[in-house]
Amino acid sequence: MTLTWSLIIVVGALLLAPLVGGVLRGLDRKLTARLQGRMGPPLAQPFYDFGKLVGKSHSVSSRASVAWAWAYFLLTLTAFTLFFLGQDLLVVFFILAFAGGALAFGAFSTRSPYARLGANRELLQMLAYEPILLLAAVAIYFQTGKFTVHSVLEAGEPLLLYLPLVFVAVLVALGIKMRKSPFDIAASEHAHQELVRGVYTEYSGRHLALIEIAHWYELVLLLAFIALFWAQPLWVGVLIALGAFFLEIWIDNIAARLRWSWMVGASWGVGITFIVANLVLLSVLA
Amino acid sequence: MGFLKRARVKSPWILHYCTGGCNGCDIEILACLTPLYDVERFGMLNIGNPKHADILLITGPVNWKNRDVLKRLYDQTPDPKVVVAVGVCAATGGVFHNCVNTLGGVDKVIPVDVYVRGCAARPEAIIDGVVLALQKLEQKNSGGVAYATGTR
Repeated sequence: MTLTWSLIIVVGALLLAPLVGGVLRGLDRKLTARLQGRMGPPLAQPFYDFGKLVGKSHSVSSRASVAWAWAYFLLTLTAFTLFFLGQDLLVVFFILAFAGGALAFGAFSTRSPYARLGANRELLQMLAYEPILLLAAVAIYFQTGKFTVHSVLEAGEPLLLYLPLVFVAVLVALGIKMRKSPFDIAASEHAHQELVRGVYTEYSGRHLALIEIAHWYELVLLLAFIALFWAQPLWVGVLIALGAFFLEIWIDNIAARLRWSWMVGASWGVGITFIVANLVLLSVLA
Repeated sequence: MGFLKRARVKSPWILHYCTGGCNGCDIEILACLTPLYDVERFGMLNIGNPKHADILLITGPVNWKNRDVLKRLYDQTPDPKVVVAVGVCAATGGVFHNCVNTLGGVDKVIPVDVYVRGCAARPEAIIDGVVLALQKLEQKNSGGVAYATGTR
């Protein structure tokens, strides 16, 4: 692929991702409402929420938390750009981890007990899903010989045929990263209020909007990573990623939130075991 | 600017605070979230955080204990915001109006934009009140209404 083409792809992805992410969030809320027997908000609701938040007046609890919110946004954007440039998956995941850390540090730099409790839980969530994402990158390395996104796109056969258990583990990580039940312990989305929104408690107005748009980028990035599991042809991978997205929404609606210790146990127990088993099977059968 | 203004009306997030009534109105507010009324149709979310809220739904008579809490919640909500007093108690003190521990209605402490009558207020009336409040919210956006500052 020439440089011009990859630049076009990156710029296109950067421009389209908020649109796609917002629509996916809208679908999420609509579907959740329907599963609960309600009408639900219009599809464009996330964009209305975003516009509303941008237009609210400015209030800042701690300037450091604003800096961290920007760090979260910019680091997510960096990881997103590197991914769509076809770069190293390990670097993408490390930058994404730093972005998640920035969200927690932003909450830690305020004096709100709710934000701090949420930050603690955010770090626990990272503890739960980071090993899965990194080991998934390692599994991709074992299969394609490289850590890069390019190598996956240029591989002869879909990864899913060789790494089905890794795929299941990545689905668990997706659930945690999308902050869905049973793993929504850090933020308690929507009407769940026992943490007063956890890490987001002290953010308001345009900074909350900033975090929201970073979430959209993050969601598109994660779904793009899932699409990599069937990159020949890529549209099948996109369908699989959408399927995974709807599966998470469905699980979100049938599952209750569980304790953090259960989350770490389940994600490490299931996730790491599945990935290692997959790698062992691969080396035995090959 | 058109989209931002439209977004404000389409996405009202509600903070619900009970200043110590009988909880009848609170149950009716929560009933608005159920499939029968489903206020999320209008983009309304019941949010537990004043810093994210646009509309304050206050129920119950204000008393000396929670007067400061109410004031603080109001101050923490970023502008533009509207206050809806739900039920008779929040409007005037209701059956508690001459109790020694109460101050009376919510408007003794913070400026109120819309009063919803009823004891308890019906969900339909609450939704009507919120829709009325949205009209005021839109005006506030255009600078039509200014807030009183300082204590009342």
